[in-house]
Amino acid sequence: MANRTNPRPASLGALFISFLVIGSTSFGGGLTGWIRRELVEKRGWLDDQQFLSCYALSQLVPGATNPNLAVLIGAQLRGAIGALVALAGLMLVPLAILLIIGTFYFAARGAPGGHWLNVALAGAGAAAIGFNIATGIRLARINIRRLGPALIAAAIVVGIGILRIPLLEVLLVMLPTSLALTLWQRTP
Amino acid sequence: MIATLLQIATVFSLLSLLAFGGGAAALPDMQRAAVDVHHWVTGREFLDMFALSRAVPPGSLIVVLIGQKAAGVAGGLVALLAMFGPSSMLAYGVARVWHRAGGAAWRETLEQALAPVSVGLTIASGIAIARGTEHGWAAYAVTAVTTLVLAFTRLHPLAVMATGAMLLTLVGG
Repeated sequence: MANRTNPRPASLGALFISFLVIGSTSFGGGLTGWIRRELVEKRGWLDDQQFLSCYALSQLVPGATNPNLAVLIGAQLRGAIGALVALAGLMLVPLAILLIIGTFYFAARGAPGGHWLNVALAGAGAAAIGFNIATGIRLARINIRRLGPALIAAAIVVGIGILRIPLLEVLLVMLPTSLALTLWQRTP
Repeated sequence: MIATLLQIATVFSLLSLLAFGGGAAALPDMQRAAVDVHHWVTGREFLDMFALSRAVPPGSLIVVLIGQKAAGVAGGLVALLAMFGPSSMLAYGVARVWHRAGGAAWRETLEQALAPVSVGLTIASGIAIARGTEHGWAAYAVTAVTTLVLAFTRLHPLAVMATGAMLLTLVGG
Protein backbone atom coordinates (compact mmCIF):
# COMPACT_ATOMS: atom_id res chain seq x y z
CA MET A 1 0.00 0.00 0.00
CA ALA A 2 3.03 2.28 -0.36
CA ASN A 3 2.00 3.71 -3.70
CA ARG A 4 -1.53 4.99 -3.09
CA THR A 5 -3.35 5.76 -6.30
CA ASN A 6 -7.12 5.73 -6.40
CA PRO A 7 -8.45 2.34 -7.45
CA ARG A 8 -10.55 3.89 -10.22
CA PRO A 9 -10.47 7.44 -11.64
CA ALA A 10 -13.58 9.55 -11.07
CA SER A 11 -14.86 11.94 -13.73
CA LEU A 12 -16.36 15.22 -12.51
CA GLY A 13 -19.72 14.37 -14.06
CA ALA A 14 -19.87 10.98 -12.35
CA LEU A 15 -18.76 12.58 -9.07
CA PHE A 16 -21.60 15.11 -9.30
CA ILE A 17 -24.15 12.41 -10.15
CA SER A 18 -22.95 10.22 -7.27
CA PHE A 19 -23.33 12.97 -4.70
CA LEU A 20 -26.64 14.02 -6.25
CA VAL A 21 -27.84 10.44 -5.73
CA ILE A 22 -26.46 10.42 -2.17
CA GLY A 23 -28.19 13.74 -1.35
CA SER A 24 -31.45 12.52 -2.84
CA THR A 25 -31.55 9.08 -1.20
CA SER A 26 -30.42 9.95 2.31
CA PHE A 27 -33.62 11.65 3.46
CA GLY A 28 -34.22 10.97 7.12
CA GLY A 29 -30.52 10.29 7.72
CA GLY A 30 -28.05 7.47 7.21
CA LEU A 31 -25.88 9.64 5.00
CA THR A 32 -22.62 8.00 6.04
CA GLY A 33 -24.01 4.65 4.96
CA TRP A 34 -25.12 6.00 1.60
CA ILE A 35 -21.77 7.64 0.91
CA ARG A 36 -19.85 4.43 1.63
CA ARG A 37 -22.31 2.33 -0.39
CA GLU A 38 -22.08 4.61 -3.43
CA LEU A 39 -18.38 5.54 -3.43
CA VAL A 40 -16.67 2.47 -1.98
CA GLU A 41 -18.96 -0.42 -2.89
CA LYS A 42 -20.51 0.69 -6.18
CA ARG A 43 -17.99 3.08 -7.76
CA GLY A 44 -14.77 1.78 -6.22
CA TRP A 45 -13.25 5.28 -6.10
CA LEU A 46 -12.02 4.85 -2.55
CA ASP A 47 -11.02 1.91 -0.42
CA ASP A 48 -12.35 1.48 3.10
CA GLN A 49 -9.25 2.90 4.75
CA GLN A 50 -9.40 6.07 2.64
CA PHE A 51 -13.11 6.41 3.34
CA LEU A 52 -12.55 5.97 7.07
CA SER A 53 -9.76 8.53 7.23
CA CYS A 54 -11.89 11.05 5.30
CA TYR A 55 -14.73 10.28 7.71
CA ALA A 56 -12.55 10.87 10.77
CA LEU A 57 -11.16 14.11 9.30
CA SER A 58 -14.71 15.30 8.53
CA GLN A 59 -15.48 14.88 12.24
CA LEU A 60 -12.34 16.73 13.33
CA VAL A 61 -13.02 19.78 11.14
CA PRO A 62 -15.74 21.97 12.65
CA GLY A 63 -19.05 22.36 10.84
CA ALA A 64 -21.65 19.94 9.54
CA THR A 65 -20.01 16.53 9.13
CA ASN A 66 -21.53 15.39 5.86
CA PRO A 67 -20.75 18.47 3.75
CA ASN A 68 -17.23 18.26 5.20
CA LEU A 69 -17.05 14.63 4.10
CA ALA A 70 -18.19 15.59 0.59
CA VAL A 71 -15.50 18.30 0.41
CA LEU A 72 -12.80 15.94 1.70
CA ILE A 73 -13.70 13.11 -0.68
CA GLY A 74 -14.25 15.45 -3.65
CA ALA A 75 -10.88 17.12 -3.01
CA GLN A 76 -9.13 13.77 -2.66
CA LEU A 77 -10.57 12.51 -5.96
CA ARG A 78 -10.48 15.66 -8.11
CA GLY A 79 -8.96 18.61 -6.20
CA ALA A 80 -10.70 21.95 -5.64
CA ILE A 81 -13.25 21.51 -8.45
CA GLY A 82 -14.00 18.03 -7.17
CA ALA A 83 -14.71 19.44 -3.71
CA LEU A 84 -17.11 22.04 -5.14
CA VAL A 85 -18.82 19.52 -7.41
CA ALA A 86 -19.30 17.00 -4.59
CA LEU A 87 -20.66 19.66 -2.20
CA ALA A 88 -23.01 21.09 -4.84
CA GLY A 89 -24.24 17.62 -5.79
CA LEU A 90 -24.89 16.75 -2.16
CA MET A 91 -26.83 19.93 -1.35
CA LEU A 92 -28.80 20.62 -4.53
CA VAL A 93 -31.84 18.36 -4.15
CA PRO A 94 -32.22 18.70 -0.35
CA LEU A 95 -31.92 22.48 -0.63
CA ALA A 96 -34.57 22.70 -3.34
CA ILE A 97 -36.91 20.47 -1.35
CA LEU A 98 -36.33 22.38 1.88
CA LEU A 99 -37.05 25.70 0.16
CA ILE A 100 -40.36 24.27 -1.09
CA ILE A 101 -41.21 22.82 2.33
CA GLY A 102 -40.23 26.13 3.94
CA THR A 103 -42.51 28.08 1.61
CA PHE A 104 -45.41 25.79 2.49
CA TYR A 105 -44.58 26.04 6.18
CA PHE A 106 -44.54 29.84 6.10
CA ALA A 107 -47.80 29.86 4.11
CA ALA A 108 -49.85 27.46 6.22
CA ARG A 109 -48.68 26.17 9.58
CA GLY A 110 -49.99 23.06 11.26
CA ALA A 111 -51.83 21.69 8.24
CA PRO A 112 -54.02 18.58 8.81
CA GLY A 113 -52.21 15.28 8.34
CA GLY A 114 -49.08 16.78 9.85
CA HIS A 115 -49.10 14.25 12.68
CA TRP A 116 -48.99 11.23 10.36
CA LEU A 117 -46.22 12.77 8.35
CA ASN A 118 -44.25 13.29 11.56
CA VAL A 119 -44.76 9.66 12.60
CA ALA A 120 -43.70 8.39 9.17
CA LEU A 121 -40.64 10.63 9.26
CA ALA A 122 -39.82 9.33 12.75
CA GLY A 123 -40.05 5.75 11.43
CA ALA A 124 -37.75 6.49 8.51
CA GLY A 125 -35.45 8.29 10.93
CA ALA A 126 -35.34 5.30 13.29
CA ALA A 127 -34.47 3.03 10.37
CA ALA A 128 -31.87 5.51 9.12
CA ILE A 129 -30.17 5.41 12.51
CA GLY A 130 -30.07 1.63 12.12
CA PHE A 131 -28.45 2.07 8.69
CA ASN A 132 -25.67 4.16 10.24
CA ILE A 133 -25.04 1.63 13.01
CA ALA A 134 -25.11 -1.22 10.47
CA THR A 135 -22.53 0.62 8.36
CA GLY A 136 -20.33 0.85 11.45
CA ILE A 137 -20.71 -2.88 12.06
CA ARG A 138 -19.81 -3.68 8.43
CA LEU A 139 -16.78 -1.42 8.63
CA ALA A 140 -15.72 -3.04 11.89
CA ARG A 141 -15.96 -6.55 10.42
CA ILE A 142 -13.82 -5.57 7.42
CA ASN A 143 -11.28 -3.22 9.00
CA ILE A 144 -10.76 -4.23 12.61
CA ARG A 145 -8.84 -7.45 13.04
CA ARG A 146 -6.96 -6.92 16.27
CA LEU A 147 -7.92 -6.56 19.90
CA GLY A 148 -6.39 -3.10 20.43
CA PRO A 149 -8.32 -1.27 17.68
CA ALA A 150 -11.48 -3.19 18.66
CA LEU A 151 -11.16 -1.91 22.23
CA ILE A 152 -10.66 1.65 20.98
CA ALA A 153 -13.78 1.47 18.80
CA ALA A 154 -15.76 -0.05 21.71
CA ALA A 155 -14.57 2.64 24.13
CA ILE A 156 -15.78 5.36 21.73
CA VAL A 157 -19.17 3.68 21.32
CA VAL A 158 -19.62 3.51 25.09
CA GLY A 159 -18.17 6.98 25.76
CA ILE A 160 -20.27 8.88 23.22
CA GLY A 161 -23.28 6.60 22.72
CA ILE A 162 -23.92 5.48 26.30
CA LEU A 163 -22.11 7.86 28.67
CA ARG A 164 -22.70 10.88 26.38
CA ILE A 165 -19.26 12.37 26.91
CA PRO A 166 -18.72 15.33 24.52
CA LEU A 167 -17.12 14.35 21.22
CA LEU A 168 -14.20 16.75 21.59
CA GLU A 169 -13.15 15.24 24.93
CA VAL A 170 -13.44 11.69 23.62
CA LEU A 171 -11.33 12.52 20.57
CA LEU A 172 -8.70 14.28 22.68
CA VAL A 173 -8.19 11.04 24.60
CA MET A 174 -8.85 8.36 21.98
CA LEU A 175 -6.95 9.80 19.00
CA PRO A 176 -3.57 9.89 20.80
CA THR A 177 -4.32 6.47 22.30
CA SER A 178 -5.04 4.98 18.88
CA LEU A 179 -1.97 6.65 17.38
CA ALA A 180 0.25 5.35 20.18
CA LEU A 181 -1.17 1.86 19.72
CA THR A 182 -0.56 1.96 15.96
CA LEU A 183 3.05 3.07 16.45
CA TRP A 184 3.63 0.50 19.17
CA GLN A 185 2.30 -2.33 16.99
CA ARG A 186 4.51 -1.16 14.12
CA THR A 187 7.75 -1.45 16.07
CA PRO A 188 9.05 -5.00 15.81
CA MET B 1 -32.23 44.65 5.16
CA ILE B 2 -28.51 44.84 4.43
CA ALA B 3 -27.89 45.06 8.17
CA THR B 4 -29.91 41.89 8.75
CA LEU B 5 -28.03 40.05 5.98
CA LEU B 6 -24.73 41.08 7.54
CA GLN B 7 -25.92 39.86 10.94
CA ILE B 8 -26.97 36.54 9.39
CA ALA B 9 -23.59 36.18 7.69
CA THR B 10 -21.71 36.96 10.91
CA VAL B 11 -23.75 34.71 13.19
CA PHE B 12 -23.75 31.65 10.95
CA SER B 13 -20.13 31.85 9.83
CA LEU B 14 -19.08 31.99 13.49
CA LEU B 15 -21.33 29.01 14.27
CA SER B 16 -19.86 27.19 11.27
CA LEU B 17 -16.35 27.38 12.73
CA LEU B 18 -17.40 26.61 16.30
CA ALA B 19 -19.46 23.51 15.52
CA PHE B 20 -16.98 20.86 16.59
CA GLY B 21 -18.52 17.43 16.23
CA GLY B 22 -20.99 18.32 13.51
CA GLY B 23 -23.88 20.68 12.86
CA ALA B 24 -25.90 19.45 15.82
CA ALA B 25 -23.22 20.77 18.17
CA ALA B 26 -24.09 24.30 17.07
CA LEU B 27 -27.84 24.00 17.67
CA PRO B 28 -28.00 25.37 21.24
CA ASP B 29 -25.93 28.43 20.29
CA MET B 30 -27.93 28.84 17.09
CA GLN B 31 -31.18 28.80 19.06
CA ARG B 32 -29.88 31.48 21.41
CA ALA B 33 -28.73 33.71 18.55
CA ALA B 34 -31.81 33.32 16.36
CA VAL B 35 -34.48 33.40 19.08
CA ASP B 36 -33.16 35.39 22.05
CA VAL B 37 -30.58 37.75 20.60
CA HIS B 38 -31.80 38.68 17.11
CA HIS B 39 -35.50 37.67 17.35
CA TRP B 40 -35.49 36.26 13.82
CA VAL B 41 -37.81 33.40 14.86
CA THR B 42 -39.83 32.46 17.93
CA GLY B 43 -38.89 29.47 20.08
CA ARG B 44 -41.83 27.50 18.66
CA GLU B 45 -40.81 28.31 15.07
CA PHE B 46 -37.26 27.19 15.81
CA LEU B 47 -38.51 23.78 16.97
CA ASP B 48 -40.77 23.41 13.92
CA MET B 49 -37.90 24.33 11.60
CA PHE B 50 -35.65 21.86 13.36
CA ALA B 51 -38.17 19.04 12.83
CA LEU B 52 -38.63 19.98 9.15
CA SER B 53 -34.91 20.21 8.42
CA ARG B 54 -34.02 17.04 10.33
CA ALA B 55 -35.65 14.89 7.66
CA VAL B 56 -33.66 16.57 4.90
CA PRO B 57 -29.97 15.70 4.59
CA PRO B 58 -27.49 16.92 5.69
CA GLY B 59 -29.43 18.20 8.71
CA SER B 60 -27.90 21.62 9.21
CA LEU B 61 -30.12 23.16 6.53
CA ILE B 62 -32.26 24.63 9.33
CA VAL B 63 -30.11 27.76 8.79
CA VAL B 64 -31.80 28.27 5.40
CA LEU B 65 -35.25 28.37 7.01
CA ILE B 66 -34.09 30.77 9.72
CA GLY B 67 -32.43 33.02 7.15
CA GLN B 68 -35.52 32.88 4.95
CA LYS B 69 -37.73 33.92 7.85
CA ALA B 70 -35.39 36.76 8.84
CA ALA B 71 -34.68 38.25 5.40
CA GLY B 72 -36.46 36.35 2.63
CA VAL B 73 -34.77 34.15 0.01
CA ALA B 74 -31.62 36.31 0.08
CA GLY B 75 -31.42 35.68 3.83
CA GLY B 76 -31.72 31.94 3.25
CA LEU B 77 -28.91 31.96 0.69
CA VAL B 78 -26.64 34.12 2.87
CA ALA B 79 -27.26 31.78 5.81
CA LEU B 80 -26.43 28.77 3.63
CA LEU B 81 -23.15 30.26 2.39
CA ALA B 82 -22.19 31.45 5.88
CA MET B 83 -22.93 28.08 7.51
CA PHE B 84 -21.15 25.89 4.95
CA GLY B 85 -18.54 28.22 3.40
CA PRO B 86 -15.97 28.65 6.19
CA SER B 87 -16.06 25.04 7.40
CA SER B 88 -15.87 23.74 3.81
CA MET B 89 -12.80 25.86 3.13
CA LEU B 90 -11.20 24.52 6.28
CA ALA B 91 -12.05 20.95 5.21
CA TYR B 92 -10.53 21.67 1.81
CA GLY B 93 -7.32 22.91 3.45
CA VAL B 94 -7.13 19.71 5.49
CA ALA B 95 -7.77 17.64 2.35
CA ARG B 96 -4.88 19.35 0.52
CA VAL B 97 -2.42 18.68 3.30
CA TRP B 98 -3.69 15.10 3.40
CA HIS B 99 -3.43 14.66 -0.36
CA ARG B 100 0.05 16.15 -0.54
CA ALA B 101 1.20 13.63 2.03
CA GLY B 102 0.51 10.97 -0.63
CA GLY B 103 1.97 7.67 0.47
CA ALA B 104 3.99 9.26 3.28
CA ALA B 105 4.57 7.00 6.24
CA TRP B 106 2.92 9.41 8.69
CA ARG B 107 -0.28 9.47 6.62
CA GLU B 108 -0.38 5.68 6.45
CA THR B 109 0.12 5.53 10.23
CA LEU B 110 -2.54 8.17 10.83
CA GLU B 111 -5.00 6.38 8.53
CA GLN B 112 -4.51 3.17 10.49
CA ALA B 113 -4.97 5.02 13.76
CA LEU B 114 -8.09 6.84 12.52
CA ALA B 115 -9.83 3.67 11.32
CA PRO B 116 -10.99 2.28 14.71
CA VAL B 117 -11.86 5.81 15.87
CA SER B 118 -14.14 6.28 12.85
CA VAL B 119 -15.76 2.90 13.28
CA GLY B 120 -16.50 3.79 16.90
CA LEU B 121 -17.86 7.21 15.91
CA THR B 122 -20.17 5.76 13.25
CA ILE B 123 -21.81 3.37 15.70
CA ALA B 124 -21.77 5.87 18.60
CA SER B 125 -23.42 8.64 16.58
CA GLY B 126 -26.30 6.34 15.68
CA ILE B 127 -26.86 5.46 19.34
CA ALA B 128 -26.44 9.09 20.45
CA ILE B 129 -28.99 10.36 17.91
CA ALA B 130 -31.48 7.71 19.00
CA ARG B 131 -31.04 8.70 22.66
CA GLY B 132 -31.13 12.43 21.89
CA THR B 133 -34.50 12.37 20.11
CA GLU B 134 -37.89 11.18 21.26
CA HIS B 135 -37.30 7.50 20.74
CA GLY B 136 -40.07 5.23 22.06
CA TRP B 137 -39.84 1.42 22.33
CA ALA B 138 -41.31 1.01 18.84
CA ALA B 139 -38.69 3.33 17.36
CA TYR B 140 -35.92 1.46 19.19
CA ALA B 141 -37.27 -1.81 17.82
CA VAL B 142 -37.23 -0.40 14.27
CA THR B 143 -33.66 0.82 14.79
CA ALA B 144 -32.50 -2.53 16.17
CA VAL B 145 -34.09 -4.61 13.42
CA THR B 146 -32.80 -2.25 10.71
CA THR B 147 -29.31 -2.47 12.16
CA LEU B 148 -29.31 -6.28 12.04
CA VAL B 149 -30.93 -6.53 8.60
CA LEU B 150 -28.58 -4.00 6.97
CA ALA B 151 -25.44 -5.26 8.69
CA PHE B 152 -25.94 -8.88 7.73
CA THR B 153 -28.04 -8.96 4.53
CA ARG B 154 -27.83 -7.28 1.12
CA LEU B 155 -31.35 -5.79 1.16
CA HIS B 156 -31.60 -2.26 -0.25
CA PRO B 157 -31.49 0.40 2.49
CA LEU B 158 -34.39 2.37 0.96
CA ALA B 159 -36.67 -0.67 1.08
CA VAL B 160 -35.73 -1.29 4.71
CA MET B 161 -36.25 2.36 5.65
CA ALA B 162 -39.63 2.53 3.90
CA THR B 163 -40.66 -0.60 5.79
CA GLY B 164 -39.54 1.06 9.04
CA ALA B 165 -41.62 4.15 8.28
CA MET B 166 -44.70 2.02 7.52
CA LEU B 167 -44.29 -0.15 10.62
CA LEU B 168 -44.03 2.83 12.91
CA THR B 169 -47.02 4.51 11.27
CA LEU B 170 -49.07 1.33 11.84
CA VAL B 171 -48.09 1.16 15.50
CA GLY B 172 -48.81 4.88 15.75
CA GLY B 173 -45.40 6.05 16.90
